[in-house]
Order: sequence, then C-alpha cells, then structure tokens
Amino acid sequence: MVDQPATSSAEPLEFREATKRYPGSAEPAVDRLSLEVPAGEICVLVGPSGCGKTTAMRMVNRMIDITEGDILLGGRSVRDRRPDELRRNIGYVIQQIGLFPHRTIGENVATVPNLLGWSKARTAERVEELLELIGLPREMRDRFPSQLSGGQRQRVGVARALAVDPPVMLMDEPFGAIDPINRERLQNEFLRLQAELRKTIVFVTHDIDEAIKMGDRIAILQEGGKLAQYAPPAELLMYPASRFVEDFVGSDRALKRLALQRVRDIDLWKAAAIRVGTPTADATAAIAEADVPYAMLVDDERRPRGWLSERAMSGERVTDDLRSPAHPVLELDDVLRDALAKLLSSETRYGAVVDRDGALAGILSLEVIQHFLQAAPAASPTGADLLSE
Amino acid sequence: MIPPLAQTSIGQPGGSDKCVENNGFCPDWIVDNIDRYWTPLLEHVYLTVLPVTIGFAISLALAILAHRRRWLTGPIITITGIFFAIPSIAAFFLLQPITGLGYTTAMVALVSYTLLIIFRNITTGLRNVPAETRDAALGQGLTERQVLFRVELPLAVPEIMAGLRVASSTTVGLAALALYAGAGGLGAEILRGDDKFFKSNVVVAGGLAVLLAAVLDLLILTVQRWMTPWQRART
Repeated sequence: MVDQPATSSAEPLEFREATKRYPGSAEPAVDRLSLEVPAGEICVLVGPSGCGKTTAMRMVNRMIDITEGDILLGGRSVRDRRPDELRRNIGYVIQQIGLFPHRTIGENVATVPNLLGWSKARTAERVEELLELIGLPREMRDRFPSQLSGGQRQRVGVARALAVDPPVMLMDEPFGAIDPINRERLQNEFLRLQAELRKTIVFVTHDIDEAIKMGDRIAILQEGGKLAQYAPPAELLMYPASRFVEDFVGSDRALKRLALQRVRDIDLWKAAAIRVGTPTADATAAIAEADVPYAMLVDDERRPRGWLSERAMSGERVTDDLRSPAHPVLELDDVLRDALAKLLSSETRYGAVVDRDGALAGILSLEVIQHFLQAAPAASPTGADLLSE
Repeated sequence: MIPPLAQTSIGQPGGSDKCVENNGFCPDWIVDNIDRYWTPLLEHVYLTVLPVTIGFAISLALAILAHRRRWLTGPIITITGIFFAIPSIAAFFLLQPITGLGYTTAMVALVSYTLLIIFRNITTGLRNVPAETRDAALGQGLTERQVLFRVELPLAVPEIMAGLRVASSTTVGLAALALYAGAGGLGAEILRGDDKFFKSNVVVAGGLAVLLAAVLDLLILTVQRWMTPWQRART
C-alpha cells in the first residue's frame, strides 16, 4: 500500500425522514429513514431482501428520487443539485462492477476525470496513482476488462469510484460476486485503504457477517424500509433492539462478537512460567500466585514448552518432565473466535498465549472468554480495528 | 414499359468469334470487352453504397428515437417491414409516376429496403448493452446523451456492423434490378443483348456484382475490427 497524500475531507451524510414511495404500491419502499453517518465512517445498510437497503443507498446519488424527506450531504440537500453533477462527486461501486467493456482499464478509471474535463496529464497521473493504490500492475492499464480476473475487476471498480477523490462513496454489495477467499482478501484490502482515505461510505450488504466486519455503524432495515436498529457492531450484537434484530444477527451473536476482537484485547490469566532448574519451592509459590493450577515450563526466551508434570516437581529442583505439550499456542494477534476454536479442538482447557517473540504472555481459557462475553464492551470495536497493527 | 434493354449487339468480332457464336465462355472476348463494364460497375457501387449510407443514417435516427420512446419500436418495425415486403420490381414501377425514371426512383426503393435490417440490428445492439454497464455509467454522472454516445452505441457496434453487412449484400443484389427504374448498374449489363443471354457477359457482369458484395462485406468487417479492439481482447 502506498502513502496517499492528504485527501479532500470526507463529508457527513444525513438521512432525514427520507421516504421512497412507488406509484401504485401502498407501502413505501423506504419509510421515513433517519440516520446520520459521521464524516469518514462506514455505515452498512443490511437487511433481508426487499427491505429497501439498495433503494435507500440509491437515493443518495439520486439514481432513485426521494419522495418525501431529504438527504443532506455535507449539510446540503441532494435534491438541490443536478443529478449528473451530484453523481460525479459520489463514488459508485456496484456488485456487477459495470466496467465499460470497450474501454481499457486506464480509460475506465479516467471516466469521471474526463467528465470533469481534467487535463490529460493530470488524469494520466491520477490513473497511475490509483492503479498503484489498488495494487494492480502498471501494464494492466492498457488491458480491457475482459482480460482481468473478477477480483482485479472489482479493484478497478473501486479505483474508478475513487478517481476524483469524492468525499462520499456508495457501495452496493461490492464483494457479493467474489468467491469467499478472495472476498475476505478484498474486504481486508478495502478496510486498510479506508483507514488511509477515511471516506464517508454507505455500504449495502445482505450478509450480517460482512456488515459486522465492514461497518463502523450498522443500520438494520426490515421489510417496508423501516429502520430496526442503528448502532456500532458490538453494541448491536450485545443489545439487539428487537426480536427482529436478534433473529437477523443470529443466535451466534456471542461468537460474532468474538470475531470483532483479538486475544490481546482481553484480560488473560497468569500462569507460573518455570525454567528447568528452578528450586521446587519457588515453583510451588509461583503456582499458588497464578490463576492456573499448573506451571508452564519455558525455555530461556520464555517460550512455552509444555505443562510440568508432578514428577518434575518431586525433587529439589524442577526437572524437564512434561504432563502435556504446550498446545494450543495462541498469539496475541489472533482473533478471539479463532483462538476459541483452537482451544475447543485441543485436549487442554488452557491455551498458552505468546507475544510476537514467542514469549509466554498469558493463558486463555474458556472461562476467560465467558467472562469477557458477560461484560459490557468498554469500547466499540469494529472490524476495521482488527486490521490496524 | 421496359427500359433500355435493347442495346444492340453483344460481341465484337475477334479471334474468338466461334466461341461467341456458340454462346460459350470466352476468355478472349472478356479481355477484349472488359472496358464496357467499368461504368456499370461504378453505377452499381453508387447504387449500393449510397442507399446503405442513407438507410443507415435514417435507421440510426429512428433507433435513437425508439431507444428513448420504447413504444415507437413496434410501429417502426411494422412500417419498415411493409417496405421490406414490397417486391423490388413492383417498387421500381410503382414509384415512377412520382419520382420518374432514373436514380431517384432506384434510390428511394433501395433505401427503404435497408431500413428494417439496419434498424432492427441497431435496436438489438442497444438493448444488449448490459444493465449494469448502463447503471454504472449513470451512477458516475454521465448524462443520458453521454451514455448513448459513449457507452451504448460503441457497445452496439458489432450488431450494427452485422446489420450493415446484411444490408449491403442485399442491396448489391437488389441494385441489379435497378435497370427497371432506369438507373443502370450491372443488372442492365447482364440483360443487355437481345433475347438470349450471352454466357460470357452474364458471367462477367454477375461475377463483378458478387465481387462487389464480397469487397463491401470485407470492408465493413475491417472497419468493425478496427472499431472494436476490445472484442478481440481475450486471455
């Protein structure tokens, strides 16, 4: 990833009782939707099909016109602006991407700069910058969309949307047509990009897991275009506002919360870290002070080797005798859900957590995780936080 | 009334007299008489290229109109379909009271035959533009007009060109009957020569018509390939 020069400031977005009614249908498609998206945040609109999430998003750039209410972009009503002029300043990414098949990648990315009459030199420079930003080799510039893989095309779609550095981006299921492995990669890439660019983004998905991962805030919509809840992901999982939200986020919402945090984010248990040759009396004292009734044998760099057996502590000094190996070994950077999975699939109740140097940092147990889940979240972690290191 | 069929004799006496008399295929005669075909050939080119060009311009305008107002598509296809169904010879005769004998009559009839083919292909081409491409274009702030000229029409080029190829081949054939409108062309050359067809003459005149059709087809294909580099780009 390259350094992005300081970009134009993102703008806040506000839905104010925004309503869409189609002629001939009694129920509105979007019903008095009110929510504020602070500048630089990702707001995910999520809900079952027919909940009006795409309609709500498309009202922002007036691809669909608002029937009642308003949408304010940087404090200005979108209704006061000419649709084509408005759209040129709002990035637009859709699931099917919609690259122009008859234009090269470079020309596709240059679409909006050309509409705005940028000079050739400025446009060429910007295209180069963007292709680098999305990690596409330079020679791809003169290829046609049909010559790229699905993942590459999706990146180009994002680059095209970013071309004139718009303060706001609309993304409609942008990763929906990508296979799961590449989807995860693209999501992570995009979150890293967003950490630098800090755009205000409206992101539509039907996938609650994607919503939790991508959103700074999540708006859950239910049929009839009604807002069921608008909250940061951790809060949504902790305190679903209604039965509908509870069902929609799923009965595994505790697990989903674990997916939002890393091992380093919770209070680990302490274990006695004992080296071979330590006086047994000292070892026994250390165990008494620790949270775990067993001692972990470590090497000279404090790297865990295994749990000490009783026989190892039967003499004057601790000998090299293990009851079980140090398995699983978890890392501070592991996502909690993955750490739990490793813990569950191993034979011991305790997992040794190591830092980046491999030195013992603490012990993770089922009880620790349980305790964490019962406590209210101190902060509101989001999927993006997992990527910042 | 039958226009200038009777244009005197066929052959010029030469070494191949016998062959000519037997109505055979006479290379010597062809070499000696090749000059007489240039004017009819040029007329034929004119009778093909101009109607297809005018037909294309009218069809394009109609297709753009029908693209904006979908309900017009049906009526346009019906009317151009009726034009297409009128036998060409009948059209040449029916038009004479209005447009007289000559190029105008031939032109009006030939243009009207191209309309259905070209209009249908442009319309199909425009409709085959993927919905997401249109959506992405509008979503980025292209106006309807920009979407049409920068996205939809360029993407419809393969279908449009296919229509032009069919139209030009058809017109080469129909223009052979333009002699009945008094417009000359290779058809007049084929029918020249009294009551019986002289084989060598028919072969040369007919062959030139076929050659013309093939050359025009190749020309349009070349233009299409030049205009659509993206169609060949596959990995």
